Amino acid sequence: MVDVTPGAVESIPAAEVADVELYHPHSWITKYVFSQDAKIIAIQYSCTALAIGLVALVLSWLMRLQLGFPGVFSFIDVDSYYQFITMHGMIMVIYLITAIFLGGFGNYLIPLMLGARDMVFPYVNMLSYWIYLLAVLVLVASYFAPGGPTGAGWTLYPPQAILSGTPGREWGIILMLTSLGLFIIGFTMGGLNYVVTVLQGRARGMTLMRMPLTVWGIFTATVLALLAFPALLVAAIMMLFDRLLGTSFFMPSLVEMGEQLSYGGGSPILFQHLFWFFGHPEVYIVALPAFGIVSDLISTHARKNIFGYRMMVWAIVAIGALSFVVWAHHMYVSGMNPYFGFFFAFTTLIIAIPTAIKVYNWVLTLWRGDIHLTIPMLFALGFIVTFVNGGLTGLFLGNVVVDVPLSDTMFVVAHFHMVMGVAPILVIFGAIYHWYPKITGRMLNDAMGQFHFWVTFVGAYLIFFPMHYLGLLGVPRRYYEMGETAFIPESATSLNHFITIAALIVGFAQLVFLFNLFWSLKKGKEAGSNPWRATTLEWQTQHTPPRHGNFGEELPVVYRWAYDYSVPGAAEDFVPQNRPPAARAT
Amino acid sequence: MGAIILFVAVIAAIVAWWLARQKLTSKPWLEEGVIGEVPGVAASPTSQAKVGLGVFLAVVGSLFVLLISAYSMRMQAPDWRSLPVPDLLWLNTAILVLSSIALQWAQVAAKHGQTRRGQLDDVKIGLLAGAAFALMFLVGQVLVWRQLTAAGYLLATNPANAFFYLMAGLHALHLCGGLVALGRTAAKVWQEGHRPDWISGRIRLSVGLCAAYWHFLLFVWLIVLSMLTGWVEDVLVICGRLFS
Repeated sequence: MVDVTPGAVESIPAAEVADVELYHPHSWITKYVFSQDAKIIAIQYSCTALAIGLVALVLSWLMRLQLGFPGVFSFIDVDSYYQFITMHGMIMVIYLITAIFLGGFGNYLIPLMLGARDMVFPYVNMLSYWIYLLAVLVLVASYFAPGGPTGAGWTLYPPQAILSGTPGREWGIILMLTSLGLFIIGFTMGGLNYVVTVLQGRARGMTLMRMPLTVWGIFTATVLALLAFPALLVAAIMMLFDRLLGTSFFMPSLVEMGEQLSYGGGSPILFQHLFWFFGHPEVYIVALPAFGIVSDLISTHARKNIFGYRMMVWAIVAIGALSFVVWAHHMYVSGMNPYFGFFFAFTTLIIAIPTAIKVYNWVLTLWRGDIHLTIPMLFALGFIVTFVNGGLTGLFLGNVVVDVPLSDTMFVVAHFHMVMGVAPILVIFGAIYHWYPKITGRMLNDAMGQFHFWVTFVGAYLIFFPMHYLGLLGVPRRYYEMGETAFIPESATSLNHFITIAALIVGFAQLVFLFNLFWSLKKGKEAGSNPWRATTLEWQTQHTPPRHGNFGEELPVVYRWAYDYSVPGAAEDFVPQNRPPAARAT
Repeated sequence: MGAIILFVAVIAAIVAWWLARQKLTSKPWLEEGVIGEVPGVAASPTSQAKVGLGVFLAVVGSLFVLLISAYSMRMQAPDWRSLPVPDLLWLNTAILVLSSIALQWAQVAAKHGQTRRGQLDDVKIGLLAGAAFALMFLVGQVLVWRQLTAAGYLLATNPANAFFYLMAGLHALHLCGGLVALGRTAAKVWQEGHRPDWISGRIRLSVGLCAAYWHFLLFVWLIVLSMLTGWVEDVLVICGRLFS
């Protein structure tokens, strides 16, 4: 069954620390603040992302308060409502989920899982975080600028984004575009690191096909991001030109308040093309790392090798490639050649194939597994269900004729929150519960974790399932209030009350999670080096938490793939990747 | 968006070619022990830096190709009025070519310097000439912008102008970044000046990376220039006829 190369084990010389040049910190500042250690950078990225995510959470509460109880809260006016929507969307998609998956988990897991000492360009990696932090600060600064943050919607469509009447037209939009530009520059620095580390920094024996799927997911997502983010950068720069220098890249000639503006001939559709050329890969930039992490969580906590590893890898790559030719399905109602609509509907629906392969493989991995319902596993299972739900409504919206009536209704809001909001965030939580013991040396509190999972998971369904129904009723999205309409029944209003209350409760559960993060830092149970009895290299480090340089004196040598769980005849139900074949009891 | 789709297709082809050589059809669950080619040891800082630059150039390439896509979409509108091409622009292009040649020369000298003595001066001259030509190019570009502005081709008067200033400006910005890297490389070379025997691999690498980046920026500039002169327009018209 097993091919063992005779003599392979003896012929490998050990790699000493000396043959790798590492930057050694000299002071507290260079060790914990301006650190070049990918693990510290990962923690900095994650904490910043969670902090700004908390702002987005509060914004969603405020939005829901307005939708559930219109007119009750006098401090929410039309302008501030649009500012809530815009900032909530942008923060969640870019500054929280993208940043935590790639900057957080990417930085922490890529070097450790691949058996590397650090990222290949540690200095650039450090710059990446500080530019990201600057981007976040510029974004937050728009709250303190005259006119407040922009209220253009997270898609920032021109011409309305830079016309008077849109909140934040003075400073908000400028700061938003600047912040996005900074984010992209910072991300490019980090992304170069992630890609080159995967390509060039792997330990000996770590072939591509032995990499954990987490690394495959983050790697492919980073490649997508490196190619797609420039589209947003170009769009942001061009819109800044339009706003500040009076060019007309995106601005058609128009009359505002009875006054002819100096703009003329620009194409708002051009912006939409550029935006969605970034925007659709963005969906997979957050989904692919989630796919990868969930595969590892399921395999580890079901004590069973991942089903169809090769198919999983191929599916990740195929989804990544396809994600570049579907962007215009966000523009069905913008007006386009019907043949284009047909083409983009076709490519969109094709993505269901590799995605379905992944779902089948997760389910088949669970089948007859020794399932441990730990908190990470609960979140992973929650992800599968939620992702399937969100994906199925994607089949509705991917078809032009179905999309046209549903476009701009709450159905779309429900769809994308399920598929790229709730689903990846469940994975982020699962991953934090899974790797927190490695990062801090202590387990997160289980009771608080159970509370957090059940309230979040059930609550998310209570929030977003009714929204599908609202959308089918025709309740439009982005509306400050419904007013008097003939087609929206009374039941929609009571449903909105319900959703708002559920949202407040789910938000509260996240505060419990944050408390747990701090509480367990000191009071959590000692984790030991490998509490989940996992095979991948990050659990085989000499110290927990791993020190600078990750692996002590010798770098690990990899002898097997990442999923040797419950191998027949093995002494334990897992065989670490760095255990030589000879050491296995037969 | 045709240009960017083509660009992504090229990148995808490169990735596919590379993946095809990675034994993607192997069955890792059956393979134990150290098999085949062992990665990790072979990856020296040299290849890491080269791969890093390659990936970075792909990102920068995608940025410019997206601008070109936007340009070609916008160009078809009836209000498009192309800019005249000032003579100075041709001189600038020639200077940028010279800058690339100088760095190429430095790179060749650095390569020879591994086996031959006395090449360090050639490297220094190449780097200095490359930097000087690049600075001249930047000054020349500013002069071109001033000429065009003086002639009434303001940024906001026509989208053709806006695109030209934007693309030329971004190109110049990337060249400025390149000059920073070139400055760091030069600092390394001058540090090694007291050991004139052989040129270290570190220097050869830095000089090589600078030269590659310069050639890339020259290529980008030639494309921007060809769009400005309308060659691309002609090609697009021909393509349009072929497809219709």
